[in-house]
Amino acid sequence: MNKLVLPALLAVLLSACSSTSTDTSAQPTSSSSGSSTGVATVTTDSAAGSGIAALTDPNNILSKRSVYFDFDRYAIRSEAQPLVDAHARFLSQNPQMKMLIQGNTDERGSREYNLALGQKRANAVKQALVLLGAQDGQIEAVSLGEEKPRCTDSSEACFAENRRGDMLYSGEF
Amino acid sequence: MRPVLPALRYLLALVLSLLAVGAHAQLAIEITGAGANRFPVIIPVFENEGQLPNSVTDVVRADLQRSGLFRLIDLGALALPEAVMPDLPALRHRGADAVLSGSIVSLGNGRYEARFRLFDTQTQLELGAMALPMLAAQHRLIGHRIADFVYEQLTGQPGYFATRIAYVVKSGANFELQIADADGMNAATALRSREPIISPAWAPDGERLAYVSFEQKKPIVYVHTLATGQRRVVANFKGSNSAPSWSPDGNRLAVVLTKDGLSQLYVLNADGSDVRRLASSAGIDTEPFWGHDGHIYFTSDRGGSPQIYRIAATGGSPQRVTFEGNYNVSPRLSADGKLLAFITRNTGRFQVAVQDLATRQVTILTDSSHDESPSFAPNGRMILYATESGGRGVLSAVSSDGQIRQRLTVQAADVREPAWGPSMR
Repeated sequence: MNKLVLPALLAVLLSACSSTSTDTSAQPTSSSSGSSTGVATVTTDSAAGSGIAALTDPNNILSKRSVYFDFDRYAIRSEAQPLVDAHARFLSQNPQMKMLIQGNTDERGSREYNLALGQKRANAVKQALVLLGAQDGQIEAVSLGEEKPRCTDSSEACFAENRRGDMLYSGEF
Repeated sequence: MRPVLPALRYLLALVLSLLAVGAHAQLAIEITGAGANRFPVIIPVFENEGQLPNSVTDVVRADLQRSGLFRLIDLGALALPEAVMPDLPALRHRGADAVLSGSIVSLGNGRYEARFRLFDTQTQLELGAMALPMLAAQHRLIGHRIADFVYEQLTGQPGYFATRIAYVVKSGANFELQIADADGMNAATALRSREPIISPAWAPDGERLAYVSFEQKKPIVYVHTLATGQRRVVANFKGSNSAPSWSPDGNRLAVVLTKDGLSQLYVLNADGSDVRRLASSAGIDTEPFWGHDGHIYFTSDRGGSPQIYRIAATGGSPQRVTFEGNYNVSPRLSADGKLLAFITRNTGRFQVAVQDLATRQVTILTDSSHDESPSFAPNGRMILYATESGGRGVLSAVSSDGQIRQRLTVQAADVREPAWGPSMR
């Protein structure tokens, strides 16, 4: 193979690139002009944690947050029913608590279509919780699609681990 | 049966290791296939080019070489001054069908002008001439513009070298939305986050990007002005907000919202106001692409499997567009409205395909198995897409006839979600 290496003369230009950061309200906290590329850099921030012991006590079913799904399926399996029951009861007894349900998919196929499939899973978990007594307004169902895999191998076991809905409480998101 | 173009039919063993420096990883473009009959052309060094700190003609040559359509004939250090008629018969004798002559003229105060002429050695006619004012630091942009000029004069189609691309780099737990010239150079980071960023979409002005960021633990659509870093949330409804696509006039966005249940299509103003539902289905509607033909192409599983449909941007009843196979997603329309690029699942492999909208003929363009997110160059000639190589995400490009292939990699990182922007102003 014939390798043609072009002279790299961009160090000065690139070091002149500007950088900016954001807080969670998505406003740039700093910026600079005169960038050779005409592109300013923005950095995002992330969120904090919860507070209720029962939700993190490993001996409490409420510390379990994941509902798993079969391939190409969007119905909650019978084995997940006790978990969904427990969270529905907690939500109805603690109406001030809010929940974010994040639906997930395996990595195969289009990212945006997978985002839509993850939404189907999140909606299924939400519907089950509401059916069991949680208030609709307490729960937001969203999707992470294939973007936040818990397991990153391209194996069937891994794909199954990633087909799930996760329940997060106020302060955890 | 759909015709599958043989892989690497024409091997052009050329690797351009383009060294991006500073904070950015090395970007490299590898040409893995080229056209059968490449046009022989002479791009000599410009007269007095040595007064610039960086070469303009190196950029022109690399662009034309990378396009796969041209074969460069080397004249070494010999310049062909713009003001002097070149010896066309002699240059024809060296095998060139076309010759560029050019000079860099100093205008003083650090300003220059690149003057150049293109000749056909067969007819001995001048095909065109231009003079572009420039600063020394603009050698890359001016090189891309000259390459665009040569490309357009010789192929009859606009060039695509003076364009930018956007893509997402994942390294470790970090995500960066980066912008680079179409040759991978001048990479700069527009957004840095600990959460995923997907679906960047260029506004027609080439100055703003819409995208989906998960920084608030859910997908939210932002519009980001590149030069200033100013960001605006344009869709943050209950549920998921995703898949932005700009209207051709840059005033509206098609997006996908789940505020009313499953993923459905909506249209809103670029500032987030005036949200209107575009279509309704009992299933999933997603991945809208707002075409220049007044239609919005999208993916829907309303018929059972995900297929591509289109609907008038003003609403109405959708028509199905793809019929072969049981997984056709991520539609993108060429600027002339004739060709639809999309991802098809072909015996378990996800590949880039194009469909001629007039004849419905489908052609699979790649032989890889994890292709995603196709994106046309502004002239419709090349399609940029994400795929996998050696377990890592890489960007590749293929010509819409399948003959020319390139790969763009960033070392030690995953690259995904490419979007080819409009021509630079």
